[in-house]
Amino acid sequence: MKKQWWKISAALLLIYSVVGGLLFEVPRLNIVNETIRALYFHVPMWFGMVAMFLVSTYHAIQYLRNSQSIHDTYSISFATIGLVLGLLGIVTGMIWANYTWGSPWHGDPKQNGAAIALLVYFAYFILRGSVANQEQRSRLSAVYNIFAFAAMIPLIFIIPRMTSSMHPGSGGNPGFNMYDLDSKMRMVFYPAVIGWIAMGTWIASLLVRTHLLTEKLEELEDEQNS
Amino acid sequence: MPSLKKNLTKIKTLLKKELTLELRRKSVFSGLALYLFSTVFIYYLTFNLRQNLISPLVWSALFWVTILFSSINTIAKSFIGEKRGQDLYFYSLVSPESIVLSKLIYNFLLCLVLALAGLGLFVLFLSNPIETTWPFILTIALTAWGFAASLTLLSGIAAKANNSHIVMTVLSFPIVISILLLSIKITKNCIDGLEASTNYDELLTMVAINCLVTAASYLLFPYIWRT
Repeated sequence: MKKQWWKISAALLLIYSVVGGLLFEVPRLNIVNETIRALYFHVPMWFGMVAMFLVSTYHAIQYLRNSQSIHDTYSISFATIGLVLGLLGIVTGMIWANYTWGSPWHGDPKQNGAAIALLVYFAYFILRGSVANQEQRSRLSAVYNIFAFAAMIPLIFIIPRMTSSMHPGSGGNPGFNMYDLDSKMRMVFYPAVIGWIAMGTWIASLLVRTHLLTEKLEELEDEQNS
Repeated sequence: MPSLKKNLTKIKTLLKKELTLELRRKSVFSGLALYLFSTVFIYYLTFNLRQNLISPLVWSALFWVTILFSSINTIAKSFIGEKRGQDLYFYSLVSPESIVLSKLIYNFLLCLVLALAGLGLFVLFLSNPIETTWPFILTIALTAWGFAASLTLLSGIAAKANNSHIVMTVLSFPIVISILLLSIKITKNCIDGLEASTNYDELLTMVAINCLVTAASYLLFPYIWRT
């Protein structure tokens, strides 16, 4: 029970951010109006995605260093959760864009970059599916994971900032600090970021555990059959 | 630095081997040339039906799609085509680093020749909307480098998977797209005849991305080689 405190706090932080995100006062701005509340859901999910992919890449590097299959399990689990958070982030972004920009898909550089980044990780799962040998699969997908993360950095963090974009913080636009004059939004935003990252880690650790249990079950079945 | 010198000679030898093999198996190279020619000729026949339909932006889209897919096809064979056992033989002779570097340089040269030949064919059969030539040639060279750097490693990965060619396309498309986005942007500037200095930012970013990808390939290749 001692190690569970962060799971409870993740759940509490998320409940707080959902309630606070929907009920607290937000700045009144033209066009954006009440939709600025999407910031509490959309942006923290992207932060969560990047954090999950970072952990996944870290474990891929660890796998290449010492070839322990546990690192491969961690890597695939965190990549899965990162992908889920990324999909949620893109859907929430599309809902937001529908009300402020006029259409769900606006061809914004950051939007396109994020979609391509998700494609990279879909390709990662296809690669895993098409290698039969387990050790080879772990090694190749670890290599691709690191390579994909390196290729994702310019897509999400560099190119959108160079081109004109309607996203805050891109193409010379100020970040969301401009809207948040009295820092009240931070009171919900930061807890939401921490909450999503912790929740993602929790789900990923559950995935790791189920994976390990399935492996054990298979081993037991093999023993029975032989 | 005797080891560096030794590695350089090894890379030179491997490069020479690749080039000799390529020149000896003329079928591969001429196959690629024919592939490129057929593609451009189909564009020509299609757009010949109604002249002046091919606007500069259509030209740029067709050009980069052609270069992308012929590069993927070319580089895919750098590991996928190799016979089993051949890699084991090389493994016992030289370090994986010198193999990846020699393949990378060789693929860069191949991509560059391919892209320049493609440019020639496009100018010959379609039109030449490029106003500022030298920045565009530089962009082609940088793109060839980026393609070679990322696709060489991916070809090594794909060679180990089932149905390698599909996996190769799936893996490479999202990775090279950031390089491609930048080159499309510079191409537009070149078509509009903007001054070369407007492209410095993009060109520098391309060099940075290329360095990143090259470094990643160099560091990661030994791990896929070992399996």
